[in-house]
Amino acid sequence: MRYLPLTPDDRAAMLAAVGAPDIDALFTDVPKAARLTGPVDLPLHKGEIEVERELAALAAKNRSGAQGPFFCGAGAYRHHVPSSVDHLIQRSEFLTSYTPYQPEIAQGTLQALFEFQSQVAALTGMEVANASMYDGSTAAAEGVMMAHRITKRPKAVLSGGLHPQYAEAIATLAHVAGVDIVRQPLVIDGEADVIGAIDAETSCVVVQTPNVFGTAGDLTAIAEAAHAAGALMIVVVTEAVSLGLLKSPGEMGADIVAAEGQSIGNALNYGGPYVGLFATRERFIRQAPGRLCGETVDAEGRRGFVLTLSTREQHIRRDKATSNICTNSGLCALAFTIHMTMLGEAGLRQLAAVNHAQARKLTTALGAIPDVEVLTPRFFNEIAVRLPVPAAELVEALAGFGILAGVPVSRLAPDAGLDDVLLLAATELTTDADIAALIKALAGALA
Amino acid sequence: MRFTKDHEWVEVAGDVATIGVTAYAAEQLGDVVFVELPPVGKAVKVGDNLAVVESVKAASDVYAPIAGEVVAVNDELTGTPETVNAEPESGGWFAKLKLSDPGAVDALMDRDAYEAFLGTL
Repeated sequence: MRYLPLTPDDRAAMLAAVGAPDIDALFTDVPKAARLTGPVDLPLHKGEIEVERELAALAAKNRSGAQGPFFCGAGAYRHHVPSSVDHLIQRSEFLTSYTPYQPEIAQGTLQALFEFQSQVAALTGMEVANASMYDGSTAAAEGVMMAHRITKRPKAVLSGGLHPQYAEAIATLAHVAGVDIVRQPLVIDGEADVIGAIDAETSCVVVQTPNVFGTAGDLTAIAEAAHAAGALMIVVVTEAVSLGLLKSPGEMGADIVAAEGQSIGNALNYGGPYVGLFATRERFIRQAPGRLCGETVDAEGRRGFVLTLSTREQHIRRDKATSNICTNSGLCALAFTIHMTMLGEAGLRQLAAVNHAQARKLTTALGAIPDVEVLTPRFFNEIAVRLPVPAAELVEALAGFGILAGVPVSRLAPDAGLDDVLLLAATELTTDADIAALIKALAGALA
Repeated sequence: MRFTKDHEWVEVAGDVATIGVTAYAAEQLGDVVFVELPPVGKAVKVGDNLAVVESVKAASDVYAPIAGEVVAVNDELTGTPETVNAEPESGGWFAKLKLSDPGAVDALMDRDAYEAFLGTL
């Protein structure tokens, strides 16, 4: 695309057409205090070498997750991404294609999405999955709005184990859809507390496993209570690798599963782009958000793929669309699918088992430190511990030694009164030496 | 049978009106794959959303051409939505409304007027 700036004559003609004396007159509705009065103070242009030098100096101030012991999780997990994933997703047929608007000519993209959906449905134990959402939190919000459409009831109950940032995303998106959000207080093992809050006005309960404190649990009783009251159960999963070991949400009676897929095939990426997994029961499919890829045969009976149910999307249905999402996380979903395909069922189970084994070592070592209390009763690869000092201060202190010790709960929920609680995750990338370094530094800092 | 510019038809018997979409509408929609019907008991005013008809290329609203209360819906369409294409003005009916004012139907177009209207499209 050529960039052709407007000439002064073009500008004058346009201003004359709208009856404005000059460009500043177009901004009179912006309060004076918010307007710039002079040019922005920016440095002049620089040569490529100088720019590279300056940016390299800025980049050197960062510390990458790969540079040392790393125990941060809380919804974004450092896992190994095989180099073949990056290699394959950078093929131009995949890399340059955006979400398909003229979909059927991109059969390769559609087939990859179809495989993705099949994998997500199998992983979550559900009947049908869509072609992905932006991330786990917006998938959860879409789930809440979907439950509202299905049940026509006003209230959604969010469990105290739900990631606080997911709760924020749900509240932000669902309140415009007219959903009343009931947030329960943060509790280490409080999923079942939602049962007492279910009433005839409840459209859904939103529970997470493993929850934000790492607590894994069987949610079957919650599903039964919700269904008995005519409400739906939405299960949130922020660590997709856990699905390799734990009972699937589908087996526990979930009606909708909203999960973050970053853990499989995707790097931390500074917090995004990520990929939301969204799965549900077949009977609800017409109320599901997003796009869905289907398998069919062409006029000559050959296997082919199409986007289906697009008639419910915004570009066709306008303001009556089921959701305002009109795209997906195509490339991240592809990375997920490629990694998942390479792992296979046995590989995923093995990966999950290694994660859990490392987390057990970490938990045992932490539990042996006087003054450190392990709070999470049943975990997959992440735990919460109570410290004798504010967790944020400890994380800062250990960062000084090149150790990223985890995520303080105060970072996620500043007003929860859990400033002394730290979340730590272990994955297949966590070595025994990493754990030893953490324990040594932690014991030293608390001594 | 009476018609609207939105291509719905209404047939009144006593104080109950049967409502569907016209043959012209069914042809324009293409293959109908799904019909979303209103709950029985729902009260509708003229122009309210009565149903959604979904084809392979579009999902369109069906508006209430006349005011009343839904007393029956054509559940057959849930399993066989293609009936809308095969028999749009008979077996492919959507809903039956109990009318508060059966006389209101006279304000709608008769077949000649509807055919003339189609000629202008």
